[in-house]
Amino acid sequence: MISLDGLEFGYAPGQSVFKDFSWRAEPGDAWAIIGPSGCGKTTLLYLLAGLRRPRGGRIAVAGEALAGPRAATGLILQDYGLLPWLTARDNVGLGLRIRGLPRRQEAEEVSTWLERLGLREAAERYPSQLSGGQRQRVAIARTLALEPDLLLMDEPFSSLDAISREDLQDLTLALGIEGQATTVLVTHNIEEAAYLARRILVLPRPPITRAEVIENPRGGRLEYRREAAYFAVCDQVRQAIERAQSPAALEAVT
Amino acid sequence: MGLAVLALLALWQALALLLRQAILPGPLDVLLVLPKELGRGLTWHTAVSAYRVLAGVALATLTAAPLGLVAGQSKRLDAIVSPFVYLTYPVPKIVFLPLAMLFLGIGDAPKIFLIWLILFFQVLVVVRDASHGVRPETVYSVRSLGAKRRHLLRWVYLPACLPAILTALRVSTGTAIAVLFFAESFATQAGLGYYIIVETWGRTAYAEMYAGVLAMSVLGMALYLALDQLEQRLCAWVYAGR
Repeated sequence: MISLDGLEFGYAPGQSVFKDFSWRAEPGDAWAIIGPSGCGKTTLLYLLAGLRRPRGGRIAVAGEALAGPRAATGLILQDYGLLPWLTARDNVGLGLRIRGLPRRQEAEEVSTWLERLGLREAAERYPSQLSGGQRQRVAIARTLALEPDLLLMDEPFSSLDAISREDLQDLTLALGIEGQATTVLVTHNIEEAAYLARRILVLPRPPITRAEVIENPRGGRLEYRREAAYFAVCDQVRQAIERAQSPAALEAVT
Repeated sequence: MGLAVLALLALWQALALLLRQAILPGPLDVLLVLPKELGRGLTWHTAVSAYRVLAGVALATLTAAPLGLVAGQSKRLDAIVSPFVYLTYPVPKIVFLPLAMLFLGIGDAPKIFLIWLILFFQVLVVVRDASHGVRPETVYSVRSLGAKRRHLLRWVYLPACLPAILTALRVSTGTAIAVLFFAESFATQAGLGYYIIVETWGRTAYAEMYAGVLAMSVLGMALYLALDQLEQRLCAWVYAGR
């Protein structure tokens, strides 16, 4: 679904975030990207979304070289993703409207998604009148309404309180997003990565040439949070992040 | 609001009683001559002034808002626009009145031009800043929905700048009307400035002159209220969170 070959990227000349970096994600995979602050997690997500151009190398999504944002890629951001001047209903329908869906069909689709995400009562409210959890539900509804085959999420639950966060993590699983689309979740939360993803990419500090992958085949299930394997994977990820802080240690692992 | 109007009228009446001079008639005297004056040409003069202000506002919005939107997005264009703004912004625009009359004649054009000149810079500066202040994350998220440039203008930049445009217009229409008053006070035969200075003050018809002052105040207030209503309707989201 995703293939990165020899990716080169940097914000300033002579400085590299990614240097000859390669990575693959199969269709239907549920990935989490984790790593120290400022390591390039969000940069990688924006590159996958086609919002940033690599300096070199090749990014292909669904077999095609990426030249810009593609219609079937959904993006959910931590904040600022919703338009403050549109109601929850209009925010959910925005992508459909941009795609030129007839108004009636758009209204039906939007109502279905508002209902599905428990937003019926909040439909006519503006983002400033919604709770953090409701805002992220609107962002999720807006993206899923477009039926993406690749869903990119940038710390979507990080600004929420613990209860809303768990609630939305459960909702993400309950919606069965993983079954329908390849997902890439950027997070700094080890538990979230272990709970939602089946494969975890641990990025070291830049320049990134390689990264450790932790397999988590039992992840992405509602009951997983209470299993011993979940805690073991959390521990494994924690150790990998510690190794990622020191490039020499990573060389020894990979 | 009603109380404030009553208080102002009471203060006016009190001053008139206190001074007892022809130059300051009481509100009742003015209200008595108002219907006659409205029938005698004051309505026409008010309409002419309103037309000039509205034309200036519309022209300024239509020219400055798009330029501000683009300048806020394009560093290259902003680098060209900004020095002109900094050099010309502090210059009192009324000084261009003689030039405007030389080049545009003595009709509506120089008055509309001056109002346009004042509002243009106000709107340009606030729209440029509002457009520049749109968060990249907002743009990314909408682009990821498949938005092209025209969608971003319609759904992101325009609504982001709208409150700033309306506030700039609301704040600067007072200045625009003051400039209009001055511009209408000579070399013309229509408008409230002409009515107040030439037709009434010039022949010491003070009650009639105050009827003109009242008309000009109502014109300013009507514009202010209209813009306020427009903001509440078009920018409902700004008020929703309060």
